[in-house]
Parts: sequence; C-alpha cells; structure tokens
Amino acid sequence: MLSDTDLGALSLTLRLATITTLLLLLTGTPIAWWLARTRSWLKVPLGALVALPIVLPPSVLGFYLLLAMGPSGPIGHFTQALGIGMLPFTFWGLVLASTFYSLPFVVQPIQNAFEAMGERPLEVAATLRASPLDAFVSVVLPLAKPGFLTAIVLGFAHTVGEFGVVLMIGGNIPDKTRVVSVQIYDHVEALEYTQAHWLAAIMVGFAFAALLMLHVFHPTGRRKWRQ
Amino acid sequence: MIAADIIRARFRLDYSDFSLDVDLEVPGRGVTALYGASGSGKTTLLRAVAGLTRISGGFLEVNGQVWQDDTRGIFLPVHRRPLGYVFQEASLFAHLTVRRNVEYGLKRMPPSFRTVSMGRAIELLGIGHLLERMPAALSGGERQRVGIARALATSPGILLMDEPLAALDARRKEEILPYLERLHEELNIPVFYVSHSLDEVARLADHLVLFEQGCILASGTLVEMLARLDLPMRLGEDAGVVLATTVIGHDRQWHLSRLNFAGGDLWVRDSSTVLQQPMRIRILARDVSIALSPAADSSILNVLPVVVTGLADDAHPALILAQLDAGGVPLLARLSRRSAAALELRVGMNVWAQIKAIALIG
Repeated sequence: MLSDTDLGALSLTLRLATITTLLLLLTGTPIAWWLARTRSWLKVPLGALVALPIVLPPSVLGFYLLLAMGPSGPIGHFTQALGIGMLPFTFWGLVLASTFYSLPFVVQPIQNAFEAMGERPLEVAATLRASPLDAFVSVVLPLAKPGFLTAIVLGFAHTVGEFGVVLMIGGNIPDKTRVVSVQIYDHVEALEYTQAHWLAAIMVGFAFAALLMLHVFHPTGRRKWRQ
Repeated sequence: MIAADIIRARFRLDYSDFSLDVDLEVPGRGVTALYGASGSGKTTLLRAVAGLTRISGGFLEVNGQVWQDDTRGIFLPVHRRPLGYVFQEASLFAHLTVRRNVEYGLKRMPPSFRTVSMGRAIELLGIGHLLERMPAALSGGERQRVGIARALATSPGILLMDEPLAALDARRKEEILPYLERLHEELNIPVFYVSHSLDEVARLADHLVLFEQGCILASGTLVEMLARLDLPMRLGEDAGVVLATTVIGHDRQWHLSRLNFAGGDLWVRDSSTVLQQPMRIRILARDVSIALSPAADSSILNVLPVVVTGLADDAHPALILAQLDAGGVPLLARLSRRSAAALELRVGMNVWAQIKAIALIG
C-alpha cells in the first residue's frame, strides 16, 4: 500500500499545511482588517497584490521567490544576516513560499466577513465601554467566525495542493521538501501507477472533505448580523 | 443654571453636500428632542456627542465634564464616555443571548459606578422572559427594548437615542412608547432623543431643538416651542400645543374625565385615569376654532375664554394661525383667513376657544 516515503511525504505535507495556515492566520488577519477598514487609495493596489497568487502561474511566483530567497535576493540577505543561511531547498523555505502562495485564500474570506459586519458592531461595543482591542476580541472575532473557518479550510487545502511553487523552491528532497503532490509525480514518472493511485485517492478524499466542511460552516450562506 | 446641569455643544462641519453649524446649550436633565427632517443634521450631532463621528474643532461639555475641546486637545474616546446609545436598528450582538447582550456593557463598568442594576434595566423594559433567547428569535419591538435595556445597564450619565422607533411599525411603536415614558418618569438620566415624528416628541420631550439644514432653528422648552407662532409652519398639520394638566374628576354616567390646567377645566374621554394624576395632553391647532360668544347650542364640550395674543401666516394662504392665552397658558388655533376677517379678529380681543379634540399623551 503506502511505502515509508509515501508516509513521509504525507506527514511532511500535513506539517507544512498546518504551520503555513497558522502563520497565515497571524499575518492575514491584520491584512484583512486593514483592507476591510481602510479608505486609503492603497486599498485597491494592495488588494490586487494580495490576490496575485490566484491568477499567477505557480512557477512564476516560485521563480521570483527563489530569486528573493537566493544569495543576492533581499530575503536571502536577511536570512544570512540572521545566521539562518539560505532558505531555498529547505522546509522553512517551503513554508515561506506557501505563505505567499496561499495568502489570498486566507485573507479574502476574513476580509469579506469583516466587511459584511460593517462598522456598527464596533460602534455598539464602544458605546458599551469596550476598548477597540476588547471589541475586536469579544465582538469582531466571534461574528467573523464563519469567515475564519473558511479561511482555515481554504488555506490548508490550497497549501496541500501546491506543486509548482514546491518544485521551484523546494525541489525534491525526501522528508524535507518532497510533499504528496511531488511524490505522486515521481510515482507516475517511474510508472508506479498503483502507488500513485493510493496517494491520489487520499488527496481526492481530503479535498472532498474540505469542501463539505465549507458547506457546514456556511449552512445558509447568509449573515445574521443585521438583525 | 450651574455648570453641572447643562450640556453645551459647538460643532461645525462644511462639506459640499452637507453642513452642520450647531451651538447648543440645553439643560442636562429631562428629555431633549432633536427634531427635524432627515438630513437636517440631528443624527450627525448625536453621533458627535457620542464621539462616534469626530468633528474637529468641536466643543462638548456634558454636566460639568468636558468630552471634547479641540482647542485644548481633549477628545474622550467613545468607550470612555459615560453614555448609553440606542441605534435606530437595535444592533444587538447576534452571537450573544439577550442576557449576555445586556451584560456586555454592565460587565465593563466598575461596580462602584453602577446606579442602574441589571435587574432594574430588565424590569423597566419588560424583557425578563426573553433573557435566554438569541436576537434572531426576537420581534423588532423586543429587539429594540433589549437594545434600550443594554444601554441603560451601563448606568449612563446621558442616554442618546437615534430614532429608536423609526424602524418599527405603528403597533410596535405603541408597544415601546410606554416603556420610554417610564424611563422618563423613573430614572433621572438626561436623554437626547432624535426624531422626525412630532407625535413621539410631544409624548416624550421636555425640551425641543428644531433642526433645519444643519442649523438649529430654535430651541426651548417643548411647551413654549410648540406655542410659538413663527415655527408651526414648519410643523405643518401637526402644529399644536402640549399642556400639563391634572385629573380632578370623573363623570361615570358619560364616561368622561375632568382635567384642570391654569386656563380652566377640560372634559376628555375617560381612559382609566386616577384622581390627581398628572396628564400631558396635546391640542392640535386644527382642532381649535374661535367664537365670539360661548355657544350653548354646539356639540363641542370644551369651550374656554381666551385672549388673542398673536396672529400669523400659515403654510397655506387661505389659513392663518392664532395664538391664544388661556389663563397664562398658550394655545394655537388654525382658521381660515376669511373667518378671521368675518370675526374681525385682532390681537387683544377676548374670544372663546372651542376645542374639538384632545389627545391624552401620558
């Protein structure tokens, strides 16, 4: 059935997707908040920048990230200065690349949830003595919960499904950068169709479950705030 | 008036499509109605008082506390202002039960500042049976009552209400008005009440601020304001006075109650009033006609001797408004210009006011 390298690829993929999703919640929430609330002219260009990975070929994104993380790129300079060394062809290089790659899938659902609730819940909370931070935690986060759950499912699933960016940044190093999608590609190249089938079927099952979960979080697709 | 009992607000805004120029000083007690058409600036002023809208260069002092004074760099953020705010839509937190909605502000108050208890707020608005429900399971009127209780539970130093009844139908309004009247009677909290309904204003307000196109046209006690001859044109069909009376008797046979005020006695339909009960009544100008003698052959019950104290143009050229004095209390009468000419009505004349209808408004 599944070989040790298959299992290694699966666990690596889960680790990558989990860490990436957590990082995205931390970075994506303030970005989504800013995009939902700002009246600055920068909203549109920055919003487009965040959405870029949706339309860009993964190889293009991977190419630029590879250059940026390389010895003469800005990220490369930074990591070298920190004494971490170079990120390409490492697990953390993949995490960083995945974070960029999946950013719109986390930012947009959260941004939509923030925009749908409008200013009013914050205004109400302020008239009830809640400081802005208090209001964010006690009102905004609970009201945006469906948006956050959607963001988690989409961010996780999208990271699990990446291929092009992984090849550009991570290459194909067992237990370090060889994720499931790359492993399936290897099996097919080696004409190991049975192995490829097993992994592919697991991916199909996972993707289907993820979509089911989205439906559970948004049972009616309606927001109840205005009442 | 000492400074602790007064609210001063100065705000000025100048946009191409909207301007506000307000310099207001009203008593820091009782209900002050901010009345005017939509877009006249009353809600903007209310939001500026709450701090929800920041108008730079403004000044605001509420009962001795300065909340905003941009010349001294003072701007108290909304959550530090001891106020309660009731929005037009109840805007309850959809993820919390009624109980936790009401507790939300209460829990953020230091106990020593609580003058209105949770139980009192719940009892005053009659929402005890709704506490475990979610907002989505409430009717519009119930939601608004919860919204008011939630604001009261913070023991506010001032209650700001932005057309709390405007989103409700007539029956829901009737359901809530008695609760608002109770707040007025039982709590000593000053209220700013934004409204474009003169009915609500007449029932609830002590003080009236009249807005027009971002400016304050006039401001004064409700009784004085409603009796002014220069304002009723703007109040249209609803022009009329509000009087404070006392119930002094009942006529069981004819189902009538007798009310007394400085200008005399009035008969009204009996509606389970009790003796010595104070009763606010409203007499519309269109329901008052003038006669030179007390007609005994008329169906009109209430006829009072009055003196004409003023005559003014009304909205329509066929009509004029007469201001009458009944024992020191002003009344308004709307009559046709032709009738006024036929009666040779002049200021200072002694005439009889025939009152066709009286509304009891609490």
